[in-house]
Amino acid sequence: MSTNVDTIRDLAEREYKWGFVTDVEEERVPKGLNEDTIRLISAKKQEPEFMLEWRLRAYRHWALLEKADAEPKWANIKYPPIDYQNIAYYSAPKQKPGLNSLDELDPEILRTYEKLGIPLAEQKMLAGVAVDAVFDSVSVATTFKGKLAELGIIFCSFSEAVQKHPELVKKYLGSVVPYTDNFFASLNAAVFTDGSFVYVPKGVRCPMELSTYFRINAAETGQFERTLIIADEGASVSYLEGCTAPIRDENQLHAAVVELIALDNAQIKYSTVQNWYPGDKQGKGGIYNFVTKRGKCLGVNSKISWTQVETGSAITWKYPSCILQGENSVGEFYSVALTNNYQQADTGTKMIHIGKNTRSTIVSKGISAGHGQNTYRGQVKILKGATGARNYTQCDSLLIGEKCGAHTFPYIEVKNSTAQMEHEASTSKIGEDQLFYLRQRGLTAEDAVSMIVNGFCKLAGNQESAR
Amino acid sequence: MVSVSLLEIKNLHVNVDNHEILKGIDLTVNAGEVHSIMGPNGSGKSTLAQVLARREAYNITAGEIWLDGKDLLAMKPEEAACEGLFLAFQYPVEISGISNAYFLRSALNAIRKYRGLDEMDAMDFLPLYREKLKLLEMDEKLMNRSVNEGFSGGEKKRNEILQMAILEPKLAVLDETDSGLDIDALRIVAKGIEATRSPKRAMVVVTHYQRLLNYIVPDFVHVLLDGRIVRSGGPELALELEEKGYSTMETANATPA
Repeated sequence: MSTNVDTIRDLAEREYKWGFVTDVEEERVPKGLNEDTIRLISAKKQEPEFMLEWRLRAYRHWALLEKADAEPKWANIKYPPIDYQNIAYYSAPKQKPGLNSLDELDPEILRTYEKLGIPLAEQKMLAGVAVDAVFDSVSVATTFKGKLAELGIIFCSFSEAVQKHPELVKKYLGSVVPYTDNFFASLNAAVFTDGSFVYVPKGVRCPMELSTYFRINAAETGQFERTLIIADEGASVSYLEGCTAPIRDENQLHAAVVELIALDNAQIKYSTVQNWYPGDKQGKGGIYNFVTKRGKCLGVNSKISWTQVETGSAITWKYPSCILQGENSVGEFYSVALTNNYQQADTGTKMIHIGKNTRSTIVSKGISAGHGQNTYRGQVKILKGATGARNYTQCDSLLIGEKCGAHTFPYIEVKNSTAQMEHEASTSKIGEDQLFYLRQRGLTAEDAVSMIVNGFCKLAGNQESAR
Repeated sequence: MVSVSLLEIKNLHVNVDNHEILKGIDLTVNAGEVHSIMGPNGSGKSTLAQVLARREAYNITAGEIWLDGKDLLAMKPEEAACEGLFLAFQYPVEISGISNAYFLRSALNAIRKYRGLDEMDAMDFLPLYREKLKLLEMDEKLMNRSVNEGFSGGEKKRNEILQMAILEPKLAVLDETDSGLDIDALRIVAKGIEATRSPKRAMVVVTHYQRLLNYIVPDFVHVLLDGRIVRSGGPELALELEEKGYSTMETANATPA
């Protein structure tokens, strides 16, 4: 009867744009996971002994967890059991070892990145974005390396960092997310194949936004990347990651780990635009995005800010968090998460206040459409020593249509009576009335929905600028 | 060549939930004319206004509607709007996070784009917006507030007329714009409506009471009772209604004309 409802449905059913498959020759290890797989991955990457040992320790820990059925079950998501032996843990486009320039890159891969609109080519230098692109599991090109090197900034693939800067990797790897942290973090530590590494030395402000682009191309593979960013004293860096994947009927696992470390007076801003393949309209296929992201404000006056726009993945399980250890350190989390069709998202943050006068801000906007289920899960913890700590939390939900859901699970734990906590929450719905009103003024149904959604998200932006 | 009427409604029958609300409406409105549709609650006035604006919850079982020679019933709400139909809502809707000015400029540009005109940028739009705010004695602060959010009942109604003044429709349908207004607000709203009256524009003013018509004198008054237009006449008909009430019309309806 009502076409406004149909319109909402149509919008909810828009096709995934990035679902193509690139035809490149790939090299992959057989499916399955055991100590030999780990040794094989480590050998392929010609890793030093300490890495192999760390991986093996992680694998053994994970194997215990798996035996004990310790895969986390507390999240508000549903999926059939994952067969971890039915996944290939390493897939890489075949290529000559050691690329010297982009010209040596498989042109098919370059075309893929062009299709995705990633400024990978050197001529896009004016865009001022340095890109490290991870195709399946391997980092294929890092642009602007030379320019950054002049400032002493290291921006390279994780594999390269292991080879060239083992002392930094050894010092910081696992220092924020240890391999014992959780089931997926253990798995990642065991099998991660590549990722990005950033080190910004003392007093250096990184002059351009650093960016990584992740793409899962191969079928029946998992992508396990690991990112480590260190901002030394007084340094600052802004980092952006984007993700897409082809359309496939089976689910694919993505279990990444991101660790950020900010020393005295350092600042890290980490932004994510996550658009992994979400599955089709019936909920078939799509990426399981089980990710552990955490930053540690180790130094005084340091600041870590997470911004995420989550629109893809069949399932998102992700809590970019801040450990506020240094006095006066600041943690921020700004999130817009959209679930559509049969997507499920359980996402939020943890703010752990350890140091004095630490401050945190959480603004979460969840939008649910179709049969989408969107859960905000957040924890704010004020420890005993965190005198004068403050937190502001705002989480808002917007529902589009009749069959979606929004859920909120805020946990607040305060052990210091000087703490100041604020929590605001709201739930609203795009009504047929609102749509009709905007359409009566000449806006198409699509523009009307996007205006309402923009208005909803802008409230997050206003909050950010007001603070 | 015969000139085309701006609005032509022929034998319109409308159902809601299998219940017939409009039972054969015929109405012709020409450019420059103001028609008032009057009737008691539940007579079908608002249904008629919503159907004209192409709200889709109504089941049109028979009849035709022509807007400036085009088939209105084949149009989506936004197409009807771009073809020049404006509905001033009885209950204007709130849109959080979108400023009134931004919303209005987006609407104006959607319509301009449809008509093949250049979009208007913020600098060109601002003077126009200010001018119309002044006409409706609205505070400039409203400019940056979210659409209708935190507006009083009177401000919401004024905001509807402000939108009409900026969008310059061919046919404006005002759905009980006078309801909920105090006497001062009524005067201001009426002044805004009067100012947008033009030989090129027609208006259909849906109202329960005669009081708005003291300010906006209609060319024609139609009395809607139980889904039918039972009487049509000049402005004097409104006064007669005010005096005698709708009950006399029911009697009139019973007697064949």
